[in-house]
This record gives sequence, C-alpha cells and structure tokens, in this order.
Amino acid sequence: MKTLKILVGVALVIAISAFAIDKVSSPKIDGGYTIGDTATDFKLKNIDDSFISLADYKDAKGFIVIFTCNHCPYSVAYEDRIIDLDKKFKSKGYPVIAINPNNPKAYPDDSFDNMKVRAKDKGFTFPYLFDDGQKIYPQYGATKTPHVYVLEKSPEGNVVKYIGAIDNNYKDASSANEKYVEDAVNALLNGEKVPVETTRAIGCSIKA
Amino acid sequence: MSRLILYIVLAVFFTCCKGEQKVALDATDVFKSKGVEIPMYDFESLEPLLRINDGKTRVVNFWATWCKPCVAELPYFELINSRYPKDEVEVILISLDLPKHVETRLIPFLKKRKIKSKVILLDDPDSNNWIPKVSENWSGSIPATIIYKGNTSKFYERSFTYNDLENELKKML
Repeated sequence: MKTLKILVGVALVIAISAFAIDKVSSPKIDGGYTIGDTATDFKLKNIDDSFISLADYKDAKGFIVIFTCNHCPYSVAYEDRIIDLDKKFKSKGYPVIAINPNNPKAYPDDSFDNMKVRAKDKGFTFPYLFDDGQKIYPQYGATKTPHVYVLEKSPEGNVVKYIGAIDNNYKDASSANEKYVEDAVNALLNGEKVPVETTRAIGCSIKA
Repeated sequence: MSRLILYIVLAVFFTCCKGEQKVALDATDVFKSKGVEIPMYDFESLEPLLRINDGKTRVVNFWATWCKPCVAELPYFELINSRYPKDEVEVILISLDLPKHVETRLIPFLKKRKIKSKVILLDDPDSNNWIPKVSENWSGSIPATIIYKGNTSKFYERSFTYNDLENELKKML
C-alpha cells in the first residue's frame, strides 16, 4: 500500500512537471514585449544624422514602430505600404518610425550609408533609424524584418497594442484582405479594442 | 470485447506498418530550369508532407537563399542527407524564396552548391494562417526546422551546428 502511495506521488510529480515544462516552452520570445507592456523609448540616429526619440513627438497619440531593413526581400516588398501607412496616419497622430536592427557586419546592405541611399531612392516620408549596437530590437523582442509594434501613448508610457505583420499578403498589397496595422491604428483612433492583436509572418531573421 | 481489440490491432497494423507510404502532393506549379525541377505548393497542399507516418524520420528545414543563417547551416542538412540511409532519414528543404526569384536566384544557388537534398518551394502569402499549423511556437523567423517521425515531432526556431543537428536527429531515430 505504501509503495502504491509513493508511486502515485511520483506519477503526480511527473505529470505536474511535464505540464510545467510545457508552460515554460510556450511562444514567448526571449524577453520581448507582449500586448499591454510599456515599450522602451530610445535615442537612435536617423538617416539625416539627427537623433530621434519617441519623446520628441509631443503631439503624437502613438507610433507605428517598424523594424525593417534594406537587404530583406520581405521588407522591400512592404516598402510602399510602409510609406502609405505613414502618409495615412502621421497626420492623425500615429507616425511611422522605422528602425534597422541589423548588424552591417553581417549584412553590408544594411549599413548606415546604404540606409541613406535606400531612403532617398524610395522617398521615405518617415525617420529611418539605425539600431547601432543592436540594443533596442531585443528589448522589443523583434525576431525578423519587417516586424511591427503599434504603440499607444498613455500617461504611463507607450503601451504595446499590436505586434506582427503589416497585412496578410506580402507579395501583393491589393490581394491583402486583412490589414492588421491599419485596423489596429483605426481601432485605437476610435477608442476601440484592437481587433487582431498579434499575427505571425515570415521575415528575415535579425540574428545573423 | 476481444474482437474489438483485434480490430484495433489490425487497424494499427495496416495504417502504420505497410512500409513506404505514398503521399501524393498537388503542386500549384513546377519550375524547371537548368535540369533542376522545383515544385511549388501552397500550405494546404504541402501540409501532408509534415504528417507522413511510414517509420521514416524526416528533417524538414524552412529556409531561403536571402537568409544568411539558413545558408550557413545548409551544409549540415546536406551532410545528414548523404550520411543516413534513404529509407531511414529524409531531408526536405522548404524554400521560402519568392516565386519570381526561383529561376534567377534559387536554382542557380542549388546548382552552385550542388544541393542533393529534396528542395520544394512554399508560396503561401497568408502566413499568419499557416505558421501556427507548422508550430504554435513559431514566430515566423527562419531558419526553422522540424524533425519528426510518425506522431513524434520537435520544432526548432534556431540555427544548428552539425553535431547539434545530428544529436537532435538521433533522439528521434
């Protein structure tokens, strides 16, 4: 009888620990943000050689922070849509802030000088910042480009309201029938809950 | 009751142990260039490839020619493919290159590197829909790898060294 009790006990411990392991391995990306977290501000160099922080935007209601880069075909496919997002939402209080998180030693195309060239060629209407030393993207938990964080300004700081893709078709903007970022920002502007808070997409790995 | 058990045993026998299982996939298109054929799939038509139950272990790697860490670890997958018997281990390289780059970048890359493993193209823009079907734990960055045999499957959203990859494979064999 005693052995049986021990056996049941051991089985219970195994069952619980198996459950616990399962819990630990669920999708949370190494310390990155989840919805509702307060996002860190930064001071990063823009392509015009000035330094930009979110705190500089006194009148903004929030931000569309997009980790993107030059070399990635998925980022390139979204460039026009990123410009459109900025044109559409900057005047409404949600400017696009693009950040290149890549280390140019791994990706020479993503050097600061090449960022200037790309921004000029495409006519970027938004700041394109260089995460020098790759210190900001790990705090956000960005794993790939493009990777979007929609932030809403609050008295406590910039609260993460959406994480993920721009829309549901990287190949063809006109075929995208779920415009995640637009829908999120429109919801925030109307004081509503963001309909889809997180999405997943293929992108170019930031870690080289 | 014993009859029921017999039926179950027979059912299991016929589903799991009839040897090579043929899985027919419907490619949406096939690219042919320089003697290389690359079939293209959407996720729905590709999914059965992630669920074959024939006793063989499959190493499925999601990659692309533009993905530097993917390209760096590709030789290890090639080595696994060449070192293990075909009836025990199959390596499948699922490229996420854009279809318009298959003939200009993917096929020249495969020729130059003399890639022998099976290469197919996954072209399905609605990735938020299919990424969780590959793994609930996948954020969508590549390289990403699945090692599976029957109903046992492990997912890795990271790069491998050769020893690391072989160790993980051996756990599944």
